[in-house]
Amino acid sequence: MFIKKLNYKYLGLIKELALTNFKLKYQGSVLGYLWSLVKPLMLFVVLYIVFTRILKIGASIPNYPVYLLLGVVMWGFFSELTAISLGAIVENGDLIRKVYFPRIVLVISVGITSFITFMLNLVVVFIFMAVLRIVPGLDVFLLLLVMFEFFVLTVGVSFFLSALFVKFRDIAHIWEVILSVLFYATPILYPLSMVPVTIGKIMLLNPAAQIIQDARYLLITNQTTTAWNTLSWKYVWIPYILPFIIFIIGYRYFNKSAAKFAEEV
Amino acid sequence: MEKYGNMATNSGKEVVIKVENLSKTFRIPHEKTTTLKGAALGLFTKKRYEKFKALDDVSLEIKEGEFFGIIGRNGSGKSTLLKMLAGIYVPDSGKITINGKLSPFLELGVGFNPELTARENVFLGGAILGLRRSEISEKFDDIVRFAELEEFIDMKFKNFSSGMQVRLAFSLAINAHAEILLMDEVLAVGDSNFQAKCLDEFEDYKKRGKTVVLVTHNIDVVKKYCDRALLLRKGKVFDIGRADKISRQYIEQNVGDEIERTNTEATEEVNKEKNTGVEKVDILNQNQKAGTVFESGSAFFILVRYKIKTRVVNPVFGIVIRDASGKQIFVTNTEFKKVDTSKFDKGLVEVKYKIENILAPGHYSISPAIADSSGRILDWEDDLASFRVVNRDYESGGLVDLEHDIIISGGQK
Repeated sequence: MFIKKLNYKYLGLIKELALTNFKLKYQGSVLGYLWSLVKPLMLFVVLYIVFTRILKIGASIPNYPVYLLLGVVMWGFFSELTAISLGAIVENGDLIRKVYFPRIVLVISVGITSFITFMLNLVVVFIFMAVLRIVPGLDVFLLLLVMFEFFVLTVGVSFFLSALFVKFRDIAHIWEVILSVLFYATPILYPLSMVPVTIGKIMLLNPAAQIIQDARYLLITNQTTTAWNTLSWKYVWIPYILPFIIFIIGYRYFNKSAAKFAEEV
Repeated sequence: MEKYGNMATNSGKEVVIKVENLSKTFRIPHEKTTTLKGAALGLFTKKRYEKFKALDDVSLEIKEGEFFGIIGRNGSGKSTLLKMLAGIYVPDSGKITINGKLSPFLELGVGFNPELTARENVFLGGAILGLRRSEISEKFDDIVRFAELEEFIDMKFKNFSSGMQVRLAFSLAINAHAEILLMDEVLAVGDSNFQAKCLDEFEDYKKRGKTVVLVTHNIDVVKKYCDRALLLRKGKVFDIGRADKISRQYIEQNVGDEIERTNTEATEEVNKEKNTGVEKVDILNQNQKAGTVFESGSAFFILVRYKIKTRVVNPVFGIVIRDASGKQIFVTNTEFKKVDTSKFDKGLVEVKYKIENILAPGHYSISPAIADSSGRILDWEDDLASFRVVNRDYESGGLVDLEHDIIISGGQK
């Protein structure tokens, strides 16, 4: 892919920047990297108590707490990476004004740290699956494709945001609002079955919803409403194609703007 | 930026940096719009931009192994040019071709993070400068040794003194593997001991035949280390040539600008005077041409124009010439010289002083004055104009340049 070709030379730089990023993230904290494991653990406990014992929302879905946790962890990656990438260029303004390297290196290196956190979170999910004896079906290998699509979506959005933020500082606030809205518009905390059918179908057009539901289907339980088992053939391709379109446009926009970053940042 | 394989020129040395008709304009908005609201509103109001042409049709060629200086006043475009060579800015028009690996040192310690240890910063900083991890590991000991920081290498960078920080940054920069170095006035760093070390490195670079492009204000450095230099003026190439020639031009340019500035300021100020007083000073050389630089040994003229508002009878016109330190070198007036001044009604008066220049080279200022017949000063403009004296064909020092010959007897031929 063209990304790899461009950055082969700068691989070392990406590694160093990502390493620095990671070191600094938990600097001075007592638990350090362990927080990446402790956070989802604690989250699971809270979700379990609230949703199984108190609210009893997800009674219709088996293993609801893990179902929830997976969704929350995945959304966490999306919201964290997009929010952090937003500022990746501007925060490194000093660097950009003094040295040349493909600016995309900054977005990628920031992404690696979030990616590592996400993987650690997934490990916790898998642990819970093992403890609760949830065994995914043979189609679990499709999860790789779903995750790939997920990264494409998240990174694509990140390209856009980081380039836009250089020119328009309100993007930070705007994105915050959009993320909040999206969070509730995506069936993360509540099962899709609670929503009227038509609205549910519209919600599934959102790639984030489609991805999370697909992941849940493959990993946790077949009793999940997904895009492909709900939407008609006319619309089902929309959420699957959107991430790639977003990625290509985002990548192009970023590269076009990159030449002027040093002057504008 | 493109890379060519081989750009050999007639002299046999490859051209490693080639700049062709490079121009760069910055649009500086009067009010920086960084919000959507601002941008949206901006659609309706006329955007006020200031277009600043930082570089105008700059062309140059730098050969392999050259130590090339770029000098010019602040705002002449030197840093912009360097940043364009480094790939940080993109040209509006023109082309830059670089043949070889470039290491830019536009600032020391780029990317250094105070929360990391010195060791970690070396690897980070090295990666930013384009070094591979293996290369950094190889040179690590040399880098630490040059900076004299062996004991502190695992300490957090924020705990270093600024001198130590600078030493490490410079040491890394020096040891970075590169064929072409771009440096931007990173010379004013560290204590004198360290500075001496750095200057030794420059000598080393010259010997090793590395190509260096150096942006600086320091004329001594240009004269000592540079082979050729470029003098930039307001974004345009003023001249490119041998370092000593360019240095001289730079000095003259600077002083000329300074004189022009003080003279322009002076004229503007004085013109506002409502009372009788000095209006303007012009300095002319022996050919009656206006100028600011005069050779000792020839005559020059100081022309002072006074504006008379109310009738004066037998006024005294005079000037004081001061040297760069403010010492009075020469004072004269119509009374001393016993020149008759009669009655002057409202109008303009021009007083011309013809002076045989025996001043030593240096900068001087002129303070003209006018007083009434009783000695009461009507106007005195301190240091209203300035000029510079240069030797004709030999050097001398001190305050005056006396006509002299030197005769030696004895000794062997």
